[in-house]
Amino acid sequence: MEVLLQNEDTIAAVATGMGGAGIGIIRISGSEAVALGNKLFVNPRGKTLAAAKSHELIYGRIVDPTENKDIDEVLISKMMGPHSYTAEDVVEINCHGGIVPMRKILKLVIQSGARLAEPGEFTKRAFLNGRMDLTQAEAVIDIINAKTEKSLEYSVAQLEGRLSQKLEELDEILVGILSHMEVNIDYPEYDIEEISYDFVNSQILGLLSRIKEILVVAETGKIYREGITTAILGEPNVGKSSLLNTLLMENKAIVTDIPGTTRDTIEEYLNIEGIPFKIIDTAGIRETDNLVEKIGVEKSKALLNQTNLVIFMRDISKEMSAGEKELIELLKNRKTIYIANKTDAISGMDIAIPEPWIPMSLLEDQGIETLRQKMLEMVFAGTVNQDADYLITNTRHIQLLETTQNSLKNAINTMASQMPLELVSIDVMEALEALRGITGKAVGMDIIDQIFKNFCIGK
Amino acid sequence: MTYPGGDYDIIVIGAGHAGSEAALASARIGLKTLLLTINLDSVAMMPCNPSIGGTGKGHLVREIDALGGEMGKNIDATMIQCKMLNTAKGPAVHSLRAQADKKAYQFRMKEVIENQVNLLLKQQEATEIIVEDGKITGVMVNTGAVYNCQAAIICSGTYLKGRIIIGDVQYDGGPNGLFPAMYLSDSLEKNGIALQRFKTGTPARVDAKTLDYSKMIIQEGDEHIVPFSFETDQIDIDQVPCYLTYTNPETHDIINANIERSPLYTGEVVGIGPRYCPSIETKVMRFHDKDRHQIFMEPEGLNTNEIYVQGMSSCLPEDVQIALYRTVPGMEKVEFMRSAYAIEYDCIHPTRLKASLESKEVAGLFFAGQINGTSGYEEAGAQGLIAGINASLYLRGEQPVVIDRSEGYIGVLIDDIITKGIDEPYRMMTSRAEYRLLLRQDNADLRLTEIGYRVGLISENRYQKFMAKKEQIKQEITRLNQVIVKPNPENNEVLKSLGSSEIQHGLSIGELIRRPEVKYQQTEVFDPERPLLHWSVVEQVEVQIKYEGYIKKQLQQVEQFKKLEHKLIPPELDYAKIGGLRIEAAEKLQEIKPLSMGQASRISGVSPADISVLLIALEQRRRSSDKDGSNHE
Repeated sequence: MEVLLQNEDTIAAVATGMGGAGIGIIRISGSEAVALGNKLFVNPRGKTLAAAKSHELIYGRIVDPTENKDIDEVLISKMMGPHSYTAEDVVEINCHGGIVPMRKILKLVIQSGARLAEPGEFTKRAFLNGRMDLTQAEAVIDIINAKTEKSLEYSVAQLEGRLSQKLEELDEILVGILSHMEVNIDYPEYDIEEISYDFVNSQILGLLSRIKEILVVAETGKIYREGITTAILGEPNVGKSSLLNTLLMENKAIVTDIPGTTRDTIEEYLNIEGIPFKIIDTAGIRETDNLVEKIGVEKSKALLNQTNLVIFMRDISKEMSAGEKELIELLKNRKTIYIANKTDAISGMDIAIPEPWIPMSLLEDQGIETLRQKMLEMVFAGTVNQDADYLITNTRHIQLLETTQNSLKNAINTMASQMPLELVSIDVMEALEALRGITGKAVGMDIIDQIFKNFCIGK
Repeated sequence: MTYPGGDYDIIVIGAGHAGSEAALASARIGLKTLLLTINLDSVAMMPCNPSIGGTGKGHLVREIDALGGEMGKNIDATMIQCKMLNTAKGPAVHSLRAQADKKAYQFRMKEVIENQVNLLLKQQEATEIIVEDGKITGVMVNTGAVYNCQAAIICSGTYLKGRIIIGDVQYDGGPNGLFPAMYLSDSLEKNGIALQRFKTGTPARVDAKTLDYSKMIIQEGDEHIVPFSFETDQIDIDQVPCYLTYTNPETHDIINANIERSPLYTGEVVGIGPRYCPSIETKVMRFHDKDRHQIFMEPEGLNTNEIYVQGMSSCLPEDVQIALYRTVPGMEKVEFMRSAYAIEYDCIHPTRLKASLESKEVAGLFFAGQINGTSGYEEAGAQGLIAGINASLYLRGEQPVVIDRSEGYIGVLIDDIITKGIDEPYRMMTSRAEYRLLLRQDNADLRLTEIGYRVGLISENRYQKFMAKKEQIKQEITRLNQVIVKPNPENNEVLKSLGSSEIQHGLSIGELIRRPEVKYQQTEVFDPERPLLHWSVVEQVEVQIKYEGYIKKQLQQVEQFKKLEHKLIPPELDYAKIGGLRIEAAEKLQEIKPLSMGQASRISGVSPADISVLLIALEQRRRSSDKDGSNHE
């Protein structure tokens, strides 16, 4: 009965977010899984994945076979069907170098011939292949629906603002090229200008450089408008700016500032061991006074509702102010890390710092590491509402953008080898389909709609 | 008074392009068939443009021919000009189009029908379908005769409650001055078949002797005519030219000044018209910065002065029509023989059809052509043929012929209309086909002859010829990949003269043909033992070698597509009971009742997640029934 899906293609995805020790798993499932893993895996003693026993965990490295470049240190295992999660041949790659190498590995796997899995597809296959009991069908359906919803939610969330606009522009240009090609093909006798390969080429080169821009931002782990939204709160002059700067300094290579959509909000991006944090830094909080006083209780609450994590900071050498008390009240039941700064100012004094306050002296460079660990801990412990799905979705988007990129490069090659227009259009269509994978918008009638909208044709 | 008219296996209502193919197919398969037409002089009539084929449409005609239909042969016998369109592009979008002698086209088709064994052609208007227990059992006509049948195919074109609109002049009428069919609609509705109202239009026919062709640009046919039918060897005719001219600002001024007299703009026309066939007033209003529009003069036949003015369909009042036509260079003194008009008509919702074109409401009742919301002679013919085949198979209790999207434009057409539904008359376009590179007009025989042969529409003789052709193609490709061209100076000289690069080591001729600049014929010098092959074999060999990589890629996509296509969904599945399906998706699925997972995935409003849920639900269902099964053992 498992025959039904045996010939399905091989799929791959990030199967978990960053786990306890920052380890993520890339799962590959399907008839090509082992062959594929074998191509990329190198063991110091020359052991191959193909020769390994089922369910055996082997240590080694993932190497890009085309450039012979080391990607990451991994633990790899294969589970031969039907004794695997999906009942197909499965390979799992445990990587611990954070999101960046994890993405690189997934990219390699896809380039080697696997298809990016749809949300919930592993579970779906597990059920369809008889791995799960009949009674679990409802649960499987729920998982698929939830994951799809999550994925769409994230794409919508991420697609706000500039990125969404950028994707929209790419989409529009692609649809424009395609509908022009199609009108030339389907209405050859109308006085509509023939689209030239030179024009298509220049358009596609333009698209490629735009996609590259987006990918550069995305690939370094600075994910466009997402991450664990974190706010640093506290009275003026308690050291918030210094803290932010210190955190950012340590992250020089992976810090970016993408200006927010409103002028008074600055979003800083921070990457701690591969986990992205988006620090919301409202000018008001940063520079001046009490949050509540400044923007009012309701607005403060609204702001807090947008954050996954709050870092609350006070000056331990001073008495707690009324404003601080008010804020602490507001932060009750929220994921908060409490920082007692300026321990240097109380050295020698008998002031105890109770749990959960973290003692810190930015002046003496103390407490920063503890804070970083605490931030990660809250993520890994699931304290902070950080979704593995988010990271997965994001990886998926990058993957889809890369597919778009590849299809467009194919289009350029097709034109360079003087192939006819309808073959170029196949590549451009593929590019559009990949791009639409991000927004979930179907490719269909809109090309034909564009033809009729933009060109005067018909007898 | 009614009277019993006799018994038939299949009754076809309407003898246009759909009806003719349907009736011929069922009679040829061996079923006793009655073909009813409202007027014997309108068999296979072309009430709009005098041409067959064009982009996408030419593909359809070749597919009809590969399946054993008549349209290709009929146009081959009656064409007065022929052109292969898109030759500047690749083979996948080359499209044949011929100008027909309209009357000759009709007469030949009528003659073929009249001489077909098992087939009777009658002038009578079908007024009622007779349905018992959800099954068609007969058809009543206006003269009172009641014919019994086991299946019926409705191909009523634009006749149902047809309404003609020429400005403020409006009346009940069929196409081309014929009577409308005013009764059948009500009978359909009474039997649960919902109708909608569509609109289409046609330009004026003008008198050739009032035109000045010297002010127009001549449009000739191809020097070498490629026939539509795979059975036609060659066509030798003196071709008649068409002429091209343009509208100008003066034309547009007249339209702008009279636009309030157009029923399209006053809201009197309720039917939905096609975007790809806009009237001249629509073109001018929508694209007002375009200072000219193309107008083609197409002769309606050899023995008539009537000229079809392509590009100038209109439903403005006649006086405005004449005035605006006369602004066009070469038409200053034009006289009308027939005015341009719009026609509104009843059609069904094609989503209420199965892939066999049988109604979901009434068993044994099939629909084909414009009644299904399509437009075009070729689209109609294609559906007629499929309906004729499937009505016959239905009678024999056999599985219907369903051509899928990877096998033919016919498959794309039928799948589109029954799955996605339509909100305007549907025209075939090559952009609608996702496997365009595979669905070429040159290989329609390779794709579909097998099916035509299986159902009995392709003769043994033709089939043997076809098999031989297939074998020759295969052998020649193998051979070409084995003949090695040596890298000597003479050979490189030849390559250089072809604008191709020199070779450093031996290459097969096959590899040379893969170069875009090298043609099969040009490699003959390297190939002393080349066999003499028919041009159609050479064409296949060349296309298959040249585009091999791309063809392979599409074939892989087709393989993926087929997997979902082969996952069938039991027709009795109750979508409302599947937990986890979104309501919108469940409703759409319930309405369409897709045949396969593939079809389900193409329904708008059904997401990939819904498809996953459906897969799980089906598996769940299958396993529970397995369990029941084993309990019985």
